[in-house]
Amino acid sequence: MFVDSAQIIGKKIWSDWVLLSLKTYKIAEQARPGQFIMAKVNDSFHPLLRRPFSIHNVSSGEIEIFFQIVGIGTTILSEKKVGEKLNIIGPLGKGFNITSSVQNKEYYLIGGGRGIAPLFFLAKEIKKAGGKPYVLYGAKTEKDLPLLKKFWDEEIQVYPSTEDGTLGWHGLITELFEHKLKERNKIEKIFVCGPHEMMKKIALIAEKNKLDAEYSLESIFGCGIGACWGCVVKLRREKEKWVKACSEGPVFSGKEIIW
Amino acid sequence: MVDLTINLGFIKLRNPIITASGTFGYGLEFSPFLDLREIGAIIVKGLYFNEREGNPPPRIFETPCGMLNSIGLQGIGVKKFAEEILPKLTDYGVPIIVNVCGEEDDEYARVVEFLSSKKGISCFELNISCPNVRKDGKCPAISPEWTYNIVKLVKQSTKKPVITKLSPNVTDITEIAISAEEAGTDGISLINTILGMAVDIETRKPRLGNVFGGLSGPAIKPIALRMVYQVVNTVKVPVIGIGGIFKGVDALEFLIVGAKAVQVGTANLIDPLAPLRILNEIKDFCEKKGITKIEDIIGTLKVGD
Ligand SMILES: Cc1cc2nc3c(=O)[nH]c(=O)nc-3n(C[C@H](O)[C@H](O)[C@H](O)COP(=O)(O)OP(=O)(O)OC[C@H]3O[C@@H](n4cnc5c(N)ncnc54)[C@H](O)[C@@H]3O)c2cc1C
Ligand SMILES: Cc1cc2nc3c(=O)[nH]c(=O)nc-3n(C[C@H](O)[C@H](O)[C@H](O)COP(=O)(O)O)c2cc1C
Ligand code: FES
Repeated sequence: MFVDSAQIIGKKIWSDWVLLSLKTYKIAEQARPGQFIMAKVNDSFHPLLRRPFSIHNVSSGEIEIFFQIVGIGTTILSEKKVGEKLNIIGPLGKGFNITSSVQNKEYYLIGGGRGIAPLFFLAKEIKKAGGKPYVLYGAKTEKDLPLLKKFWDEEIQVYPSTEDGTLGWHGLITELFEHKLKERNKIEKIFVCGPHEMMKKIALIAEKNKLDAEYSLESIFGCGIGACWGCVVKLRREKEKWVKACSEGPVFSGKEIIW
Repeated sequence: MVDLTINLGFIKLRNPIITASGTFGYGLEFSPFLDLREIGAIIVKGLYFNEREGNPPPRIFETPCGMLNSIGLQGIGVKKFAEEILPKLTDYGVPIIVNVCGEEDDEYARVVEFLSSKKGISCFELNISCPNVRKDGKCPAISPEWTYNIVKLVKQSTKKPVITKLSPNVTDITEIAISAEEAGTDGISLINTILGMAVDIETRKPRLGNVFGGLSGPAIKPIALRMVYQVVNTVKVPVIGIGGIFKGVDALEFLIVGAKAVQVGTANLIDPLAPLRILNEIKDFCEKKGITKIEDIIGTLKVGD
């Protein structure tokens, strides 16, 4: 965990989607897929709290974050210019568990909307280790799928879905997932990130098919470092209890999540 | 060189910066970020006797220059704290203050009795002022008698010094402060969070699972400062100022008003280096002004001509 004033070295915008590249050696060196950073979007008291963003990509000395503009913090962040500094803390949390023997194993990575953010880094790592990541990338409409090309450039298989049918599978990503399960029956594990309702539906399908699954959960974070107990989610451990999503997650096994 | 040491009478501190309960975890969470030894004292998250579940989420909602929280004192209880946290924390050699909670009056006594025999605890801070535990936002610190009874009971249950933490959700803060002093408290800290709420107009639901929450952060500093001013001018025991301290200048305001030390709360959530940054800013101010001893600033407010 480091606090770093990271220089913004690259930026891309697609309507309300933003990709920022940040120079941050220490965080880049330690980051694992599924971990996140906490960013202070300005030096003012408003907005007061840091905002959490998944680590979307890592290359030598750099990380990327990919986010959707949804409110005050993400709007301010979207207005940052290349060359400016961004104060971040990271890498935080516990990421996805990729077992050591990934070789030739098949994985579905299921990302709804901004939930795609951590799955790019994860897909790259699985591929690097010799595994086969298949990405399902769903959104409302075509313009909300700005990362397709990025997956193609890495030669990662990606299946888009749109609710309005403007691109790829016409319908919900959960339906696409059920459909895709018929194509491959030796899935080692699925990794999921997206809106709560989507993940809940995926969890039902995964359970029915006895699939090992991990989900990256969202909640409102106060600190991101385990200090405030604000971010809790309900888990089944020895008993049902509230567990801090920021420090014990945000990634949890499907076996313990209470939807 | 500025002499930053503070003598509260019942405890000597390396410097006037204390971390506020509930915003600094059990302390250890911050060891990757700063040297805990350099902080004046650490107040750990509020402890009940047993493990506690806390309130349903959402537990946090950000407001302009502040935040509402309704954590509801989720925590690990005294046994786990004494076994798993305390031994590690004492290794740092920083004074440790335990924030004590109780569902019933008697629970405060049980918590301090259990912990008094444990090595490494400097003193207790009685959290009689958490607005998040009962549905109606009530707490002992809203009543002079209730405050008196709990402080008295706790003082009879431990030989260690006791700080009583007051709530701002009262009509006359001085009345409560007097009760705490009469019951024998060794110090007073204030303020805890201000009871508030927020509504989502789309869903027409409260923003917090618990409906009410406690407001903290820069937004509450003027209220906190006024209440600290009132209390230092009413009681003789040392007063510790809390509320919206984010910078050295904020801490200095509280000291000038008469607080002997300050607690940094919400700032820790945003800047884990805040306690030491604030301390350095105080040091810089003193050096610039030729002040050699921090205690010389305390209570130097000039009212009138
Ligand atoms: C571990 C984690 C990783 C995340 N990674 C990404 C990412 O890679 N890309 C991305 O686009 N988003 C991500 N998010 C969500 C992102 O943090 C929020 O969208 C962001 O904080 C909203 O800030 P804002 O100031 O723009 O919105 P606000 O003005 O604060 O609020 C706008 C809306 O966003 C909701 N919101 C506020 N804070 C959060 C929060 N912490 N989590 C979820 N919703 C919130 C509010 O309830 C409201 O509906 C992540 C969240 C978590 C918890
Ligand atoms: C997330 C959170 C949790 C808190 N938990 C406690 C607690 O356990 N016990 C307590 O006495 N005060 C608790 N407080 C109150 C703070 O210690 C402090 O009195 C208050 O936040 C005002 O200071 P600030 O504006 O610097 O945060 C909590 C505050 C916050 C924001
Ligand atoms: S966000 Fe503060 S403990 Fe998780």
